[in-house]
Amino acid sequence: MKIRTFIISLAALLTFGTLIVFLISYFNTQNMGVLNPQGVIALAEKNLLITVFGLMMIVIVPVFCMLFFFMWKYREGNKRAHYDPDWNNSLILEWIWWLVPAVIVVILGVITWKSTHELDPYRPLVSNAKPVIVQVVALNWKWLFIYPEERIATVNYLHIPKDTSINFTITADAPMNAFWIPQLGGQIYAMPGMSTKLHLMATKEGEYQGLSSNYSGEGFAGMKFITKVTDTKDYVEWLNTLRTSPSVLSYDEYTELAKSSMNNPAVWYSYVPEDMYTRIIEKYMKHDPDMHGSPSSKQPTVNSIQKMHAH
Amino acid sequence: MFGKLTTEALPYDPLVLAATALIVLVACSAIGALFYFKRWTWLWKEWITSVDHKKIGIMYILLSIVMLFRGFSDAVMMRSHQVLAVGEAKGFLPPDHYDQVFTAHGVIMIFFVAMPLMFGLINLMTPLQIGARDVAFPFLNSMSFWFTAFGALLMNTSLVIGDFARTGWLAYPPLSGLEYSPGVGVDYYIWAIQIAGIGTLISGINFFATILMMRCKGMTLMRMPVFTWTVFCSMILVVISFPILTATLALLSFDRLFDMHFFTSSFGGNPMMYVNLIWAWGHPEVYILILPAFGIFSEVVVSFARKKLFGYTSMIYATIAITVLSFLVWVHHFFTMGAGANVNAFFGIMTMIIAIPTGVKIFNWLFTMYRGRIRFASPMLWMMGFIATFTFGGMTGVLLSVPGIDFQLHNSLFLVAHFHNTIIGGVLFGYFAGITYWFPKIFGFTLNERLGKLAFWHWIVGFFVTFTPLYILGFMGMTRRLQHIGDPEWKPLLIVAAIGTAIIGIGIAIQVLQFIVSIKNRKQNLDTTGDPWDGRGLEWSTSSPPPHYNFAVIPTVYGRHPFWDVKYSPTHVPLVPVYEDIHMPKNTAVGFYIGGLAFVFGFCIVWHIMWLAVLAFIGMIACVIVRSFDEDREYVIHKDELLRIELLRHGGKL
Repeated sequence: MKIRTFIISLAALLTFGTLIVFLISYFNTQNMGVLNPQGVIALAEKNLLITVFGLMMIVIVPVFCMLFFFMWKYREGNKRAHYDPDWNNSLILEWIWWLVPAVIVVILGVITWKSTHELDPYRPLVSNAKPVIVQVVALNWKWLFIYPEERIATVNYLHIPKDTSINFTITADAPMNAFWIPQLGGQIYAMPGMSTKLHLMATKEGEYQGLSSNYSGEGFAGMKFITKVTDTKDYVEWLNTLRTSPSVLSYDEYTELAKSSMNNPAVWYSYVPEDMYTRIIEKYMKHDPDMHGSPSSKQPTVNSIQKMHAH
Repeated sequence: MFGKLTTEALPYDPLVLAATALIVLVACSAIGALFYFKRWTWLWKEWITSVDHKKIGIMYILLSIVMLFRGFSDAVMMRSHQVLAVGEAKGFLPPDHYDQVFTAHGVIMIFFVAMPLMFGLINLMTPLQIGARDVAFPFLNSMSFWFTAFGALLMNTSLVIGDFARTGWLAYPPLSGLEYSPGVGVDYYIWAIQIAGIGTLISGINFFATILMMRCKGMTLMRMPVFTWTVFCSMILVVISFPILTATLALLSFDRLFDMHFFTSSFGGNPMMYVNLIWAWGHPEVYILILPAFGIFSEVVVSFARKKLFGYTSMIYATIAITVLSFLVWVHHFFTMGAGANVNAFFGIMTMIIAIPTGVKIFNWLFTMYRGRIRFASPMLWMMGFIATFTFGGMTGVLLSVPGIDFQLHNSLFLVAHFHNTIIGGVLFGYFAGITYWFPKIFGFTLNERLGKLAFWHWIVGFFVTFTPLYILGFMGMTRRLQHIGDPEWKPLLIVAAIGTAIIGIGIAIQVLQFIVSIKNRKQNLDTTGDPWDGRGLEWSTSSPPPHYNFAVIPTVYGRHPFWDVKYSPTHVPLVPVYEDIHMPKNTAVGFYIGGLAFVFGFCIVWHIMWLAVLAFIGMIACVIVRSFDEDREYVIHKDELLRIELLRHGGKL
């Protein structure tokens, strides 16, 4: 390697190194979302990330070391290095790099199998407090949260008690979206005519950003909501305040709300009909010619929804 | 009469107007130049109607370079817009336009940059590597190219007439359905890809047949060069997966044209089906692109480490393993759709398993360098840059393959950074290495090394400066496709990423300069030997550039390094060549006509001009029928004529 090339590479590496140092020091002051978990699921997912990253380093580090060492050692100018132009196989070496990665993948596979079941979004979480049920509807382009047990609803604002399992059921009355609160845990798609599930539990009070992570059209960038986590007492207090809100989410009001709009502010509704969520899903089922107009349509429809996420 | 087409379809946005003006200007000057230099006949006879695989290859690469400029402009717009659209600021692209830009960026980069670049290199080198005079079906080869070119033209027409899809590059329904995308954008998307996709499928069949049937005597499967092997596997993937794409997009177009309900939310349609189908094509697609790049690296490392390839057999089996596994992992693109833990875990583990053969390849390349004599020529720099970049991208890929981790990173900028890491660091670097490495073979002179190296350094530094911040932004919870950024904390990183894009831009400019300077100084860089890198395969045994029949005498092969063995054999005595008549395919314009009619057909379907669409379709069928009755498809180079040409080429000596 010519001296000049060497200097260029060194400069490039140094620039890159400086950049990384700069970035790391910058991030100590920033909110790192996924790496700064505030809920049990997000924490487990972050730990999983670190474990898998560590395992990968068993292969990655040797590759980088060998790459740079071989580059330098076997450069053209180094006539002292051993040159063996015909050496092109070694059974032992090849076994090593078929087997070592295979062993790592076996370990990773076991981790994956276990963690995928443990972190399955459909799996209910164990919590001392009674779980809170929240029905989530992705609309164009805002989030509707229905608390069916409280018969209240909110738009772009989610208030939950801490250390309580929150059981989300999620749908969309819009194109496909994904429901994601990075600091509390992983995302799941929101799809029209279907219902998906997600279980999360916050462990620390605070306000966390929630958003749609699956592009859904023009107003997608503004499809965000605040997730406020408080203790149960404040949560109950919030529910009581909310009940004094003059807004009511009737079916007509819902039809208005479902129309496309962007960057919506938070809205509280003190009442919502019991079957709002089911109705939103059934809206797509009713087009089914078999069920259209039939008074007894409700039973088979619910069955078909369950079939869709039979799990 | 003109369906939905009215004058309202013409551009009004100043940015689009400027782009349109630029396109018109370039087109006019090109046409003017053709008239001025009286080059129309030359263009028609030597290029448009050519069935020579080398010329088709060059046209593919030119197409991809032109499209790279557009795809990269889209990237520049996205990066700069996001910097200017944080907090109160609005940026310079309204959602309506920004959403088209990122969709176009993805579609162009995959279908009209990466694919043509790949087929360009495959066209140029595969027949030469297997000792063939052309591909198995030269006419189909020309037709494939024109399908791809006219598909690209249709895609670019959307810039001037109407608009493009605002759906993301895979156009998930229901967003891409009539209800949420009533305009012509998604139709342009569908038909541009359909037309180009048909071309790709035909090419896949063509090269599959070429590699199986056209190998010279002695070239057994396990003596084939690694590039040919990877192309072979890639073509198998094309043949299996592209019909899925065609069928899926056809169903989507039925939804849009005839109000059907395959993928709508209502009337029993199911968007999840589309997501599964499109990824059943989409995942193999990334391996279609990367496998030939792996092949190029295998060729490059051998030439520049001056050592035999380590573990040839392992390489081949690893390639085959990747080929098979690539069909068993598609669900990892949507772990978050709510499939059960068993399904997700299965696909996660299958995905990790692909890392094993890929890792084997990396180790084999490293041990080809071990005890070698490494020349740091620019193809070798791309190769080593690839190992560093791609290993990193592979690592982030394994992270994403664990469903529990994917739930937190899916659709975030971490994902965006990951696939750019593999596609730029793997595919693009590979093809750049291939272009530099094989350029002298095709044009007879080498590219400027200094500028080549400079371009490499800009690319790799620019790459890391752009995408490292995106990885971090992903961790911070920033998703892809954001037209507006609410969180001001993300701005500094977005600025860094934009600077990185500028560095890559300089790299591209240097590459353009490299071509200009190299062509200007070609006299000083002539490759008179046909073997500028001390190569081993058959492609180096013929002259640079090769005659249009590639080999005057079809070679016979006795090992994996046919040319090397002859070159360095102490006992080898060159035989006096015995010439025989050569049958070569005649040029034909039918491929061009069919491609052109496909363009008319696509354009008319987009705008619902049904009468003309039907006419164009009938025209295409008629062209195929007429061609199939054409018996006069070959011409013969008589052996005396051949002797005369060869004598001229070799300055009187043989």
